[in-house]
Amino acid sequence: MSAAQFDIKYVAHLARLHLTPDEEKKLGAQLGGILGYIEKLKELDVAGVEPTAHAVPLVNVTRPDEVRPSLPHDDALRNAPAQANGLFIVPKIVE
Amino acid sequence: MLNRLTISALTAKLVKREVSAREAVQSCLDQIARVDKKIHAFISYNADDALAQADAADKELAKGGGSARRLLGIPVAVKDVLAVKNQPLNCGSKILGKFVSPYDATVVEKLKAAGAIVFGRLNMDEFAMGSSTENSAFGITRNPWDTTRIPGGSSGGSAAAVAADEAIAALGSDTGGSIRQPAALCGCVGLKPTYGRVSRYGLVAFASSLDQIGPLTKDIRDAATMLGVISGHDSRDSTSVPQPVPDYAANLTGNIKGLKLGLPKEYMIGGLDLEVKAAVDAAVKQFQKLGAEIVEISLPHTDYGVSVYYIIATAEASANLARFDGIRYGARVDGMDPIELYRRTRGAGFGAEVKRRIILGTYVLSSGYYDAYYLRAQKVRTLIRNDFLKAFEKVDAIVTPTSPTAAFKIGEKSDDPLQMYLSDIFTISCNLAGICGISIPCGFTGSQPSTLNAQPRLPIGLQLLGKPFGEETLLKIAHAYELNTLWHKEKTATVI
Repeated sequence: MSAAQFDIKYVAHLARLHLTPDEEKKLGAQLGGILGYIEKLKELDVAGVEPTAHAVPLVNVTRPDEVRPSLPHDDALRNAPAQANGLFIVPKIVE
Repeated sequence: MLNRLTISALTAKLVKREVSAREAVQSCLDQIARVDKKIHAFISYNADDALAQADAADKELAKGGGSARRLLGIPVAVKDVLAVKNQPLNCGSKILGKFVSPYDATVVEKLKAAGAIVFGRLNMDEFAMGSSTENSAFGITRNPWDTTRIPGGSSGGSAAAVAADEAIAALGSDTGGSIRQPAALCGCVGLKPTYGRVSRYGLVAFASSLDQIGPLTKDIRDAATMLGVISGHDSRDSTSVPQPVPDYAANLTGNIKGLKLGLPKEYMIGGLDLEVKAAVDAAVKQFQKLGAEIVEISLPHTDYGVSVYYIIATAEASANLARFDGIRYGARVDGMDPIELYRRTRGAGFGAEVKRRIILGTYVLSSGYYDAYYLRAQKVRTLIRNDFLKAFEKVDAIVTPTSPTAAFKIGEKSDDPLQMYLSDIFTISCNLAGICGISIPCGFTGSQPSTLNAQPRLPIGLQLLGKPFGEETLLKIAHAYELNTLWHKEKTATVI
């Protein structure tokens, strides 16, 4: 993957991340270099190899489906950038 | 001078009531006041709260409570990535704003239950992304051995605070070497436990399949004590493993006769500093003298570790850091609609390295590239893990340098992310394989001051890698080495 094919505006949009034109230029070039380095993974034959998502063989860890105390409402709102009436304030979503 | 003591030495004095916990905390606070302007290991600390905890500990010590609680009265500082109830938590970032933790991380609960005085917010690379602690929104941390150099990272504040005797011990987190590399560069002990050994509840997630919390300490016995306190199954972390916790300190016998240590031939790379290599070679000879058998081994997929890591870690980070959107906590930059609010908040709140990794991680997960990058990286991760499991059929532990060089200069690699990533080449595979690793002091550069490229006197770290849940063996080997060397006793003149 060369830097030219790397559409940084599109990826930044997917990441919901505003970048300045300078950042786009600098990050684009650096990521081109990193992706070039990562290319070496293509040398390897991985046919038949199972992927590892986690090094520990634990699956479907669940707890009993019981009601337990959770973070109190006020504590959950304490760090909110904007709140009122026990709710988070957000920009208008529905017209 | 109580701040210079180890956990075990200070505990002995506290239990005998020769000194008080208040005096111990005060000596750490005095040291911070004296040296932290130069080092900047701490983002913040609350002296009154630490002294109040000390007074509570002193009351218990007066009642004879010291024997049951392993850390009673011991000042322990924590990396700014761990939640401590009612203390700020910033992850070295602007984006968390004035966040105050509403609860304790499990490790913090355990420290408190053991009687520790949990204080301070230690500096780190933003969201633990970095190898130099230059990526903090709160300014850089400097290496106590040479303040023109980096302390390593991302737990640079933790390593510097322990090396500068500003805390008796510290907690850090390690995703690709972030405990071991700064421990090596600052001359202290740093342990990354096996994945699942320590609960991650209350640790801000960077790469969830790689992150582990671990101790940074002044010697091996302290690392064993700290690990014993923080380990164990926790129902609040579904990846924590229900495995009994041994008495790590009880197993430090000093006897490693007959143990087999593997030397991976792939780790003798170009770029390995000659003085680092000489120190590691000398340590290997020391192990032989102590009766260990040295075996050459092969970890054939070593060369792919950095590539796999920077796909998997960034992919997981891009998902984990999606939660920092300016809605429920932290800083917010307003927008006309939610998408604009997210983009502006994240654009203003994250630093350059975090942005770089979010973009890379988003890209490798994006439609059309998932198989080529992420899935392939997960498969190569299997090959790397298998390399280690195969090696551990033949050996009890693996010996390597922790870092290819001693501490580098501030600014030396900050404009070249790939060079910075390659400085983690020896530590990264351990996290991918989910095994345990420890870095211990094994020497200093600058032993040949007359040569042309003379380096100043800087600590060198030796890494030992162990089997899954093989911390007992690792600590035993490290301890036997420590008993026969004096590297861990050396202090830097900057902070004495």
